Amino acid sequence: MAATEQTIKQVNNLGSNDYKYGFSTEIDDIKSPKGLNEDTVKFISAQKNEPEWMLEWRLNAFKVFNKLPEPNWAKLNIPKINFQDYYYYSSPKSLKDKPKSLDEIDPDILKTYEKLGIPLQEQKLLSGVAVDAVFDSVSVATTYKKQLSDLGIIFCSISEAIKTYPDLIKKYLGSVIPVSDHSFAALNSAVFTDGSFVYIPEGVRCPVELSTYFRINAINTGQFERTLIVADKDSYVSYLEGCTAPMRDENQLHAANVELIALENAEIKYSTVQNWYPGDSEGKGGIYNFVTKRGACRGNNSKISWTQVETGSAITWKYPSCILQGDNSKGEFYSVAITNNRQQADTGTKMIHIGKNTSSKIISKGISAGYANNTYRGLVNIHSKASKSRNFTQCDSLLIGNKCGAHTVPYIESSNSDSMIEHEATTSKINEDQLFYCMQRGLNSEDAVGLIVNGFCKEVLQHLPMEFAVEAQKLVAISLEGSVG
Amino acid sequence: MLNIKDLKASIEDKQIIKGLDLSINKGEVHALMGPNGSGKSTLSYVLSGKEGYEIDSGSVDFKGKNLLELDVDERSNEGLFLAFQYPMEIPGVQTSFFLKTAINAKRKYQGLEEIDALEFAKLVKSKAEELSISPDMLKRDLNVNYSGGEKKKQEILQMSLLNPEMAILDETDSGLDIDALKIVSEGVNKLRNENNSFLVITHYQRLLNYIKPDFVHIIADGKIVKSGNFSLALELEEKGYEEISKTA
Repeated sequence: MAATEQTIKQVNNLGSNDYKYGFSTEIDDIKSPKGLNEDTVKFISAQKNEPEWMLEWRLNAFKVFNKLPEPNWAKLNIPKINFQDYYYYSSPKSLKDKPKSLDEIDPDILKTYEKLGIPLQEQKLLSGVAVDAVFDSVSVATTYKKQLSDLGIIFCSISEAIKTYPDLIKKYLGSVIPVSDHSFAALNSAVFTDGSFVYIPEGVRCPVELSTYFRINAINTGQFERTLIVADKDSYVSYLEGCTAPMRDENQLHAANVELIALENAEIKYSTVQNWYPGDSEGKGGIYNFVTKRGACRGNNSKISWTQVETGSAITWKYPSCILQGDNSKGEFYSVAITNNRQQADTGTKMIHIGKNTSSKIISKGISAGYANNTYRGLVNIHSKASKSRNFTQCDSLLIGNKCGAHTVPYIESSNSDSMIEHEATTSKINEDQLFYCMQRGLNSEDAVGLIVNGFCKEVLQHLPMEFAVEAQKLVAISLEGSVG
Repeated sequence: MLNIKDLKASIEDKQIIKGLDLSINKGEVHALMGPNGSGKSTLSYVLSGKEGYEIDSGSVDFKGKNLLELDVDERSNEGLFLAFQYPMEIPGVQTSFFLKTAINAKRKYQGLEEIDALEFAKLVKSKAEELSISPDMLKRDLNVNYSGGEKKKQEILQMSLLNPEMAILDETDSGLDIDALKIVSEGVNKLRNENNSFLVITHYQRLLNYIKPDFVHIIADGKIVKSGNFSLALELEEKGYEEISKTA
């Protein structure tokens, strides 16, 4: 009760502060004051009506954030970030501020939607057009929510989970990515806005791809996404994040934290398609995407599989990882990262083998075009107790044109003599003769590039859920438009 | 159909085609024979528009259009087909998917709807059978781990699916054993009709026993030095390039 009272007080205080800063107090247009300090953290927590323990957790993370330097290992040219220059919370725009119809949307964006084959209703949502609350996919969502709750599956926003399932949140939040891991992780812990919470009970196999039917709802999770997925013993879940359609966001700085926990015999499959605004061809205005994703295979025979298609953002900094604690546990990482124009990506994975007989597989496909730079950075670490562990890594890079770069930085650390680690890497240029061959069969140059690059990425794309895979293939081709000829 | 006038073309500032004239009418099969380095393959690349080849002078008229102004894909969609001497491998791209993509590219150019999946399956099945191409091969990645003969059959399969008006066969016989040679030739002969034309480029007269040409041309140093009918090919086989070129 005390917590609630305090929150009310805080909101009231902040309400009056708003005036001072010249912000509207209307509920549908709330922004936190610019900049980052303890009050920002309190403001966010209050907006979300959080219990006190959560606020304390955030404030502690903020203290940690202040002490940590920014990570600097990546081969990225990141302009100095002034954290005081950003807004850290804004509530979704009200209907009346949104565009009234698709006629008001940039025709270039609409053209891309069309190429991706996105249904009209969904186009409206993606581009922020005001839509009635009742429409097809909402009722679809409701149907599935019923089906899920009948099975005991919890699938809700992390804000809701903090209030409704505090025990699960307290037990698992931050248990895979410690607040003190690095400064972006700490920042997210302090100011995260929203995200998803999934709990699959013992013995349950989740019957739908989570978020296939909900992906529209996930769009407003904003710049500091926080997601937590827990798969209890003998359970299975496949989770889809993101969207192939280009997403614009007025917030340049994004730092998500995603934690996965698989208990005994459980399996989590996590697929991402990331297509945030990459900036213009000169690299101006794109999104900085600093993501921390980590999964813990806590139980024996558990499995976590990451599949990602990264085509957007000006800067991508992301290493979805697996901590293989349980004996016989498995980690997988399948990645396609495409950089064009002035985009930069430093992405890869960490596979930490702790349990006996653990295995991991890494397949990374990096494609670079224009003036872009693309780095694979990966760590395979085998602890002394992880006997008979195995890793297989394959990193292929494809260059289009002669002004881009591809880099492969594998770190391999083994403290165990009976483990097996394999690493294969190739770098190639897109072959002019292949392009000529395809074009001689009537394909235009863009379709030819799309076809060849999709072939190059096939091993990864085939791990995406079916309907996502088709969109992802189109996305691969669209991302490279204008890169040849 | 195809009218080449005083064509001169270079690669990396070295002139390879040095004033070549050739006229091919509807329904005709022409054979172009010549020794290594005479400009045979260069001609096929220049006609299909491969990058890196410079046109120094001359003209090429294809169905009343200036061929040299068209992009590679436009030339293809207008009905010009090149069966490659060395077909390219495209890893990760299933052969049947590639075939469908190519067919649809042409249909789109012609303003037609995409081919129906069932219709496509039937069409490919029947054409593949004619060329003794196993259905299993259509599921494999395009040209990857194909034998030399399989690659050439694949070229002829693509040709029969795209049904071009003008097909250039660049040393399609090289690397073929006698059985494959027969199958490939039969494939070509089935396509022949009064509305299409072929330019068959080869070193040897052997292929011409199966694909009977209406005209035979001998190319040396970037020019056609002698033209005749099928008997010229036989004469060439007997005397060799050097002597024929001398008497030209």
